[in-house]
Amino acid sequence: MSADADVVLSVEHLSVEYAGERPTRAVRDVSFQLRRGELLGVAGESGCGKSTLAYAISRMLKPPARLTGGRVLHRSRDGVETDLLALEGEQLRAFRWSRQSMVFQSAMNALNPVTTVGRQFDDIFRAHRTGWTAERRRRRAGELLELVGIDPARIRSFPHELSGGMRQRVVIAMALALEPEIVIMDEPTTALDVVVQREILDEVERLREQLGFSVVFITHDLGLLLEISDRLAVMYAGEFVEYAPAEGLAGSAAHPYTQGLLRSFPDLAGVRRELRGIPGTPPDLREQLPGCPFAARCDQVFDPCAGQHPALLDLDRGTGWSAACHLHGLQGATP
Amino acid sequence: MTDARSSAPAVDPSPAPVLEVSDLTVDYPQRGGRPLRAVDHLSFGLRAGQTLALVGESGSGKSTVVRALARLQRPSSGTVQLGGRPRTGAAAYRREVQMVFQDPFASLNPAHTVDHHLRRPLIATGRARRGAPADAAVRELLESVNLTPAADMAAKRPHELSGGQRQRVAIARALAPEPRILLADEPVSMLDVSIRLEILNLLDQLKRRHGLALLYVTHDLATARHFSSEVMVMYRGTVVERGPSDAVILNPAHPYTRLLAESAPSTGASREQARAARRERLDQRARRTAEQRETTAEGGCPFRGRCPSVMDICAQRPPVAAVGAGHQALCWLHREGPEH
Repeated sequence: MSADADVVLSVEHLSVEYAGERPTRAVRDVSFQLRRGELLGVAGESGCGKSTLAYAISRMLKPPARLTGGRVLHRSRDGVETDLLALEGEQLRAFRWSRQSMVFQSAMNALNPVTTVGRQFDDIFRAHRTGWTAERRRRRAGELLELVGIDPARIRSFPHELSGGMRQRVVIAMALALEPEIVIMDEPTTALDVVVQREILDEVERLREQLGFSVVFITHDLGLLLEISDRLAVMYAGEFVEYAPAEGLAGSAAHPYTQGLLRSFPDLAGVRRELRGIPGTPPDLREQLPGCPFAARCDQVFDPCAGQHPALLDLDRGTGWSAACHLHGLQGATP
Repeated sequence: MTDARSSAPAVDPSPAPVLEVSDLTVDYPQRGGRPLRAVDHLSFGLRAGQTLALVGESGSGKSTVVRALARLQRPSSGTVQLGGRPRTGAAAYRREVQMVFQDPFASLNPAHTVDHHLRRPLIATGRARRGAPADAAVRELLESVNLTPAADMAAKRPHELSGGQRQRVAIARALAPEPRILLADEPVSMLDVSIRLEILNLLDQLKRRHGLALLYVTHDLATARHFSSEVMVMYRGTVVERGPSDAVILNPAHPYTRLLAESAPSTGASREQARAARRERLDQRARRTAEQRETTAEGGCPFRGRCPSVMDICAQRPPVAAVGAGHQALCWLHREGPEH
């Protein structure tokens, strides 16, 4: 890993498993770097480990999930490195929300139904901005609501008085309350209608331009990620199988799984063509996967795929574009 | 493949509808208030071998339409007629009209095998006798939805199947009574992205093989366009636009359909185009005052509270305007068409 001054989050060889008679290895040796101000999209089907990854880099894994290896380094604006996995107790509490926050899929239901929106903002400030007066906390909450396009008067509303889209905006405003450097978003718009989803995405993009935070955006919707991401990781069976600049990926995806996913989203205005998905199902993550985990579903499978595990290697396209596939130069098996 | 290429233009009225819906209205009672009108005077027909897509957001009333068509919900007024027959008994109706539900994790009984799920409707509807004829029919059904080897699949219970496989079982079960009409309510939205198209292709093949009339209910405009010959767009219980799928989705006439089409992610656009489009949308939203957004739809156009092109006249019920061959929009913007 290079010591890129630009990098705000560096994930190195991260592995997570769920304990069991045969442990489920949900995240397998994942490494990536998140640059300052960048939106990294992580795409994959359910069960590919993308949410587990989000929980791991937010230090929110709960048993039976446990980290089995790797490092997560956060580099602040003034160059101070923090090893997230080493944070404990008060340090971890102080780090969360102020440096790195999270928006969940069910965030609209994450709001406390029995207190007002303003009160819930207040909780954040009373925990993290202990010196602030009540007046200052109230003013800041109003500003934040305005930031995400909600009338500041809504501070007195209860969550049930807001629509699903408005609740999701409130949760995004909360995630931004302490001006974090990183926001992790796990399927933040999946439960919303397309029009509302579009409004939220536009808002996230506008805020990112305005405030300059970085985003890890996790979703199954590759079409959406192609549009909003700077770079994009495609996850399969707990691994990154392709890591590429989002622009250009649609036309020249290197991994057959990425190609298959791209085919799975018919373009609204595209020519009518034969539409195919990807036959088969993902492998059981409790198994040892000696070869390529996608081999059984791949339409370009050949000899080495069964026995040799392909490593994520740079494709020499000059942009850090990498793929884990034997089609792109036969690679040595990973240790 | 897709309808529009393989069959006559969607506007061709030649085959008589096998299911005809006239003035269907469904009201849900509300505690201490006026009933909620979920479907408002809806008329359409389903034709053999064709797919009609019903598109809308949650709360638009599309699932209520399906429930009424499946006779799970009694309409407040209007009729649903099978092949021109004014009345059909419950058993005969269910033989002809079958459903595929959204959630294959909930629609199959976890205690029963796949075999049981298919055998029961075969026998109950008299399509196969017990014993060897039913065995053969179960095998044939499993093979028709590509669940092979059939003998292995028949012995499994739902928890041993993936989401896609379960939905195939649900489709096979719907086909068991040899229906003429299949109602598919969001049949792929709970499934993984990589298998959605496989399931939609399967429905498309089965439709052509058996000459089924298919109602495809979805919130996804892209698959609605690719898998159907005609599209109806529903908003708050009213169909605001209908017509041949390419016309409706590529050249939407109603502001709501335009909004839906603009909101869909477009993989074709460059980042600069996407950014410009985003600015435009943000500006447009900022121009709409809070007052406009809060307008209730009482009496006039149901969409006027959110409509970017709203005019004074929209407080009155909009006319059905013809905007192309077989293509209609319920909107004052197109009132040069025949007025009602």
